[in-house]
Amino acid sequence: MEVTFVLQDGTSQTVEAEDGWKLMEVAVDNAVPGIDGDCGGEAACATCHVFVAPEWRAVTGERTAPEQDMLASTFGVREDSRLACQIRTSSALDGLVVEVVGS
Amino acid sequence: MTIALSRDSELSAERAEARERIYAMPLEELNPADPDHYPTGDMHVIFERLRHEDPVHFTAAEHAGDLGHYWSLTKWEDIQAADSNHELFSAEGIVALNRPLTAEEAAAPYNDGTMTPEEMEVIRARGSRSLLSMDPPDHEAHRGAVSEGVSPANLSAMEPLIRERAGAILDGLPIGEEFDWVDKVSVELTAMTLATLFDYPQEKRRQLTHWSNVFTSQPGPGMPAETQEEKNAARREWFVVLLDIIHRRRSEEPRLDFLSLMAHSPHSQNFTEAEMLGDGGVLLVGGNDTTRNTISGSVYALSKNPEENAKLRANPKLIPSMVSETIRWQTPLTHMARRTTRDVEIRGKLIPKGDRVVMWYVSGNRDEDKIENAAEYIIDRKNPRHHLSFGFGIHRCLGNKLAELQLRVIWEEMLARFPEINVIGEPERSHSRFIKGYETMTVVIPRRN
Repeated sequence: MEVTFVLQDGTSQTVEAEDGWKLMEVAVDNAVPGIDGDCGGEAACATCHVFVAPEWRAVTGERTAPEQDMLASTFGVREDSRLACQIRTSSALDGLVVEVVGS
Repeated sequence: MTIALSRDSELSAERAEARERIYAMPLEELNPADPDHYPTGDMHVIFERLRHEDPVHFTAAEHAGDLGHYWSLTKWEDIQAADSNHELFSAEGIVALNRPLTAEEAAAPYNDGTMTPEEMEVIRARGSRSLLSMDPPDHEAHRGAVSEGVSPANLSAMEPLIRERAGAILDGLPIGEEFDWVDKVSVELTAMTLATLFDYPQEKRRQLTHWSNVFTSQPGPGMPAETQEEKNAARREWFVVLLDIIHRRRSEEPRLDFLSLMAHSPHSQNFTEAEMLGDGGVLLVGGNDTTRNTISGSVYALSKNPEENAKLRANPKLIPSMVSETIRWQTPLTHMARRTTRDVEIRGKLIPKGDRVVMWYVSGNRDEDKIENAAEYIIDRKNPRHHLSFGFGIHRCLGNKLAELQLRVIWEEMLARFPEINVIGEPERSHSRFIKGYETMTVVIPRRN
């Protein structure tokens, strides 16, 4: 499957992803700028903050409880904010586009 | 050269002896918070032993000096788990591990000289209140009030200013003669940044540094405050200045400095004076020692590790990775402390409700189960960003990107100017269980590029 990250400078980076990974890991493995994943994917650092377009909300799911806590303390959070470490890749996400917020 | 060598070997004999002594002590007597261990680096030996033999360690009051009893978490996993669980490990009223304040000390900032002992006791009982010593939901209101001050957009706007200042500081350094890097560079750059963050007059920037130094040190001869009275007076002085600025900001146009943000935040109408003092203090200390000591630490570590220095100079693209590695290796704040909200069992140890738990970042950052060759300074290690120094969870360092920015920029400017920077002898290290840093560090820059 393919996932596209819209970067902070407005350009896009489309990468291949396999099932069952954290979206943050996919980004870090592909050196997507603005996604650091400092805490290793525990929703404890907010360095993988992305905006997810409404049409993808159904398949990416809802915020987890620790993610909700973390986003309450993060700058620039919107209704469509997610932490990419709390999104699991699956074939349902093929073609997903997320916007990298940076932190 | 001969002199330096013999001094080093003397030092290492002394340290080897200290190591034996630490390993010979009964476990229950180990008090990793004793500030005497920090200037020598002996705390690393204590933590190494604790990680292997007693990773969740209890120090009873009788072995804890004047601190009272406390628990130590020394393993990476336990520290990250505690830091990320604000429900079980509360920050309410606590930032670091300190001896309990007397009523007079707690009240000092607010005391205009007319307070009664009863009024002071009320303030002591309330405990410290700041964005770093609050749980949700108050925490979000306080952090949210100021976080825009270090937003990505604001940092981008600050970068040219920081670069210009770094360049001017470096251009003013003497060549071929010894000077104190801490005072001339690390303190100078971070004091300028701090004054910008608070929109405080640049010509008075060292006052901010001084206050921060006083707040984070125990009074004593040769310390930033020589007596407790002097420390109390400095805290009062800062309180009066801070409140005055916040009140003035309220009648001015909103800007992006921390105090203007605080003054204009919709939440801040409900902030108490004590809370504004707490928030101001956290932002002051957070922006002062941490970056300063990491700048000094990077110069020290690269001077002592010539191979790493050569790697950096051959490939300046390694600067961001070197910066992260220095932040791990230095761990400028050794710990944060929390209080359990109910009985908690970790690795078979039962920590009772209400006890203080210290998350020793300085130990977790050396945990071999998590980091390969953790004691080594390796600027191109895998996953250099994976460290505990910024903490995790809702209290994670607010200014982490600003810290990284300042480190990156000053190193870009240093590499452009100086082919080498040599540390002479050993720096004088801070006598503190909390601030892991350098009081002075003598260097020589032999020549310019």
